[in-house]
Amino acid sequence: MTEINIVKDAVKKHGRKRESLMPVLQEIVKQENYLSEERLMEIAKEFDLSSAEVYGVATFYSFLPVKPMGENVIKVCQTIVCDMKGKEAVLDAIKDKLNIVPGQTSADGKFSLMAVNCIGQCSNAPAMLVNDKPYINLTYENVVKIIDEYQS
Amino acid sequence: MEETRILLKNIGKINPVSSADYVAAGGYKGLKKAISNPEAIVDIMKDSGLRGRGGAGFPVGLKWSFTKGTPSDQKYIICNADEGEPGTNKDRILMSGDPHSLFEGMAIAGVAVGATKGFIYLRAEYPYLLPILNDAIKDAEAAGFIGKNILGSNLDFEIEIRSGAGAYICGDETALMESIEGKRGEPRYKPPFPGVSGLWGKPTIINNVETLCNVPQIIDKGAEWFRSIGTESCPGTKLFTLSGNINNPGVYEFPMGVNMRTLFKEVGGGCPGGKKLFAVQTGGASGAIINAEMLDMPMDIECCAKAGAVLGAGDLMFIDESINIIDVVENLIEFFVEESCGKCTPCREGNTRLLEFVHKFKDGTAREDDLERLIEIGSFMQVSSLCGLGQASPVPVLSAIKNFPDKFIVKSDERGQN
Repeated sequence: MTEINIVKDAVKKHGRKRESLMPVLQEIVKQENYLSEERLMEIAKEFDLSSAEVYGVATFYSFLPVKPMGENVIKVCQTIVCDMKGKEAVLDAIKDKLNIVPGQTSADGKFSLMAVNCIGQCSNAPAMLVNDKPYINLTYENVVKIIDEYQS
Repeated sequence: MEETRILLKNIGKINPVSSADYVAAGGYKGLKKAISNPEAIVDIMKDSGLRGRGGAGFPVGLKWSFTKGTPSDQKYIICNADEGEPGTNKDRILMSGDPHSLFEGMAIAGVAVGATKGFIYLRAEYPYLLPILNDAIKDAEAAGFIGKNILGSNLDFEIEIRSGAGAYICGDETALMESIEGKRGEPRYKPPFPGVSGLWGKPTIINNVETLCNVPQIIDKGAEWFRSIGTESCPGTKLFTLSGNINNPGVYEFPMGVNMRTLFKEVGGGCPGGKKLFAVQTGGASGAIINAEMLDMPMDIECCAKAGAVLGAGDLMFIDESINIIDVVENLIEFFVEESCGKCTPCREGNTRLLEFVHKFKDGTAREDDLERLIEIGSFMQVSSLCGLGQASPVPVLSAIKNFPDKFIVKSDERGQN
């Protein structure tokens, strides 16, 4: 029964008016790392919206995934400045350490990798976010170290 | 060259969360003045000549006057903190280092037009700013600068933070409002403009972070002081984000009108490794890519536009001779293909077609009529797209074709088919 409570608790916290839909979706992603079909339907019911409407909102935003994600989510910036300044080395390091490319989750379920658009660290490129934490001025070597820290 | 630190004066010097620190540095004086004479504020803003710092450069006092002049039971102030333009990270610096100047600017706007509620729409890519902003809001409320009966007056002004969820389009003002309302962030048709009918249909002022951070000192020191800085048409300072192939990337504050060459050479320190500068993308991912020979340019809205560049949010992305300009354009258009919301056809279909053409230039199969079609579709998007995204997304490729014609090589005399 705890499953239903996650949505109900989020609705209790943020409200059930239409403007609370995004905060509720974000709350579920925070807790479960993604929005499952079941959750989306529960949310639709709580908000008295069609599930298509809720799915339409969720899939509009790149930080509201509807596919399962690993425990840690790595978001590597792929936009122009990071692209020019060594994004490939960042992705290579992650591939060598975790054997995943953007869109994939590691076999142990610990890491998911996303290539995302500009994360606002252009003057510190290349950059990535791991969960909520920014990492800047990346090189192959320091990405390896960062992954090590999350693995230990 | 020495910076003129007006907006950045507190950065790194005060505890960003503490309103007491901010007050000790001269903060919340503008709000006090505003409360003593709310009626005068919009005129002061008009006289100051401050123009929006998010990219469009709309006169702030004029924008505020629309909301002031529209009677309503509820009005809103929105801070657009969805700093999504690639090449820009100045608002992040302001919010992480001096959030109270933003709150003060918002509260002054609220007092000026009779709005009691403000929203900060913070992009999802800055989750680490949330604790700072939340703590600073709590501190400001406890000290009576925002919340109920601000500074002991009968005026209220509350601030709430709403998080984005990773969508560049939500930097558009009406798309942002749709997102706050809990919907897909698709831009609305205009008119009505937000100043008259914005969030939940109520009169709404929406300004960029840097714009609002300018407000407290303008109210405190006066319009004349502000006009003494910068240029005639663009008074004040501007935050410039330097990025790309440059020795000293970062965010710097200079008076409007500072020369781009000064920013490149003296501030930025030139290209690393002794490489030659090849091009500069001005005004972010949706701005013009200019030739390195065009570097002598005073940085204000009019001068940039006249020279074929874009001031935008003050972004300068330096590109050295080792970079292939076609690769740059390809990456930029891929960005717009992903970020187009899909609501209007010119932007949704147009960006995809632009990318197809650029791929042909990349693999050397482009023909003369491909170039003609690219320019035709790009120009059509500029005049027919619903919002700024589709109107501006062809600018990089069109400017690159104009400024680097020898990089867009076509197979001569062969007319292909589309």
